[in-house]
Amino acid sequence: MTTEQYQLSATEVKVQQQQAKRNWLLCTPALIILGVAASGPLLVMFYYSFLTPGNYGGVEFEFSSQGWFKVFFNKDIFTDSVGIADAHLSIFWRSIRLSTMTTLVCLIIGFPTAYFIATRPQKDRNFWLFMVTIPFWTNLLIRTFAIMEVIRNKGIINNVLTSIDIIDAPIQMLYTDAAILVGMTYVYLPLMILPLYASMEKLDFNLIEAGYDLYATRFRVLKQVIIPLVKPGVVAGSILVFIPSLGAFVTPRVLGGGKRMMLGNLIELQFGQGRNWPLGAALSITLLFIVMVALLFYVKNAQKSGLKYD
Amino acid sequence: MKLPYNKPLAAIAMIAMSSTGFAAGELNLFNWGNYTNPELITKFEQAHDVKVTITDYDSNDSALAKVKAGGHGFDLVVPSANYMQIWINEGLLLESRPDQMENFKHVHEDFANPDWDPGRRYSVPWQWGSVGIIVDTSVYSGDINTAAIYLDPPEELKGKINVAPEMNDVISSAIMYLGGEACTTDKELLKKVRDKLVDAKPNWLSMDYGIIEKFAGRDLAASLYWNGAAFRAREKNPDVRYGYPKEGYALWMDSVAVLKDAQNVENAKLFQNFIMSPENAALISAFARYANGIKGSEEFMPDDMKDAPEIIIPQEFVAAGKFLQTCSPEATQLYTAIWTELQK
Repeated sequence: MTTEQYQLSATEVKVQQQQAKRNWLLCTPALIILGVAASGPLLVMFYYSFLTPGNYGGVEFEFSSQGWFKVFFNKDIFTDSVGIADAHLSIFWRSIRLSTMTTLVCLIIGFPTAYFIATRPQKDRNFWLFMVTIPFWTNLLIRTFAIMEVIRNKGIINNVLTSIDIIDAPIQMLYTDAAILVGMTYVYLPLMILPLYASMEKLDFNLIEAGYDLYATRFRVLKQVIIPLVKPGVVAGSILVFIPSLGAFVTPRVLGGGKRMMLGNLIELQFGQGRNWPLGAALSITLLFIVMVALLFYVKNAQKSGLKYD
Repeated sequence: MKLPYNKPLAAIAMIAMSSTGFAAGELNLFNWGNYTNPELITKFEQAHDVKVTITDYDSNDSALAKVKAGGHGFDLVVPSANYMQIWINEGLLLESRPDQMENFKHVHEDFANPDWDPGRRYSVPWQWGSVGIIVDTSVYSGDINTAAIYLDPPEELKGKINVAPEMNDVISSAIMYLGGEACTTDKELLKKVRDKLVDAKPNWLSMDYGIIEKFAGRDLAASLYWNGAAFRAREKNPDVRYGYPKEGYALWMDSVAVLKDAQNVENAKLFQNFIMSPENAALISAFARYANGIKGSEEFMPDDMKDAPEIIIPQEFVAAGKFLQTCSPEATQLYTAIWTELQK
């Protein structure tokens, strides 16, 4: 594709430079807040992760690499042999697995929903978007307890099923991994729908028609026209769902019955009853690292596919 | 004539004044959530012309961390027995000498000279209770006075058991079940404790708080939990009973102490003295449903608490109850490892 080259005049360059300068200036307050509020605590955490745990919580200001050592390795308390910290690894793995599943389910449900909204007439779309944001009006904890009320043994679903004689005994739904998945999907679904909608709204539906005109099947139109065009929305939505799921704390605790830890719960244990702040800090930074790797992976992926279809 | 101040400013000034009320003083109580009877507070406010503000916390560790950080503005705190020595050793408490206060004579002998605060130089009793076994007897009718209910569960209860998610309570209960003493660092025994807990876990449904509703709805049939909750569960499900493990069970007591950097020391001391009177102590218990350690408070308690087996420990089980101590850092480290492995 060729575009006409256009030489900027000296005044235009100057105006542009001034504008860029002003934009930076306007950004400064936000950058300062983000910089101080995000990196300040992180630096403290990083520093703490190399200290010695205080006897009753807190830290002693004395260097120690034990915190980091314990993230990955485990000195068996009974035999003193050193091995991989399989307890930590399995907790990490569970968190990553559940977050990935949540993201996928959100995508599967969110995609058609966003498409539905984007294809409504202009004046109706705000209504549907409004419906999507309604859950945000209520506190997360209350929504989680509401789900519990629906799926517990004497909850709505089981009561309805037993009263119309489909089942004799209640089905155990609460306190399973499926319950956590349902809860997290419900909580994070709007975060998937909104960015998806944002990119679908800009979708040029003439392209879809063109696809059909060229005898593409519906599936092919979806695969080769719609998905590539809304990819940025898919990536943004997936990131927005995956990251908070990874650190989710309340939902697994309430719906999962607290029997199996997630990363958030493991970190909380170290700062609370475990009284090992350096280990807690090291675990938190490890979580941050996983998130960063996931982000890089997504971004790289998005760039690659973006180039392919340009 | 134009007034020398504008309206919004006057409004702010009025709000500021009304928030301190017309009370002569203030008192800031830092206590566990859902634990303080509002009637008790109103009564104290009226008796001493003091405005009381309550702030909640949810665990000993978070309270300790917050106060240690400073700048909290609290006057009173309510640590558990196994944390009291930490508070004292860290120099966070004021030696307010409750033992010399007028109402100290009402404190029950068992609690007048506890290990965690010898001579009661810092703290006064608030409430105490036990970590026992709650069972729905319509599901299981056998002996419930044993930790086997959750560690070696009978067939009927499997898959319907909850365990309180409190590391120290659970591990000390399992240690006592296997014949050891709480806070032990005996590795051979701890290995058995770990194996026992890991083996028992597949039989548990959950490790969660908030069990009262679940016993009412019969989602749960058994739990390792605290006695006050057992009482409240029985009110909603008459088949619920509370058992005291004969192998040993933990006792706890929360006591009110004045902070060293308190702003309202005199009012705080007044409050300590106030809650040692039997009538006021009964108000504390009437709300959260735990016993309080003040002699003569029983007669002011609600009728349904006077002979409740959850509140009054039956004579035959009294000896098996042990107050939890502060475990050493080594013990805590071992227990955290076991706890993490249990929940991996």
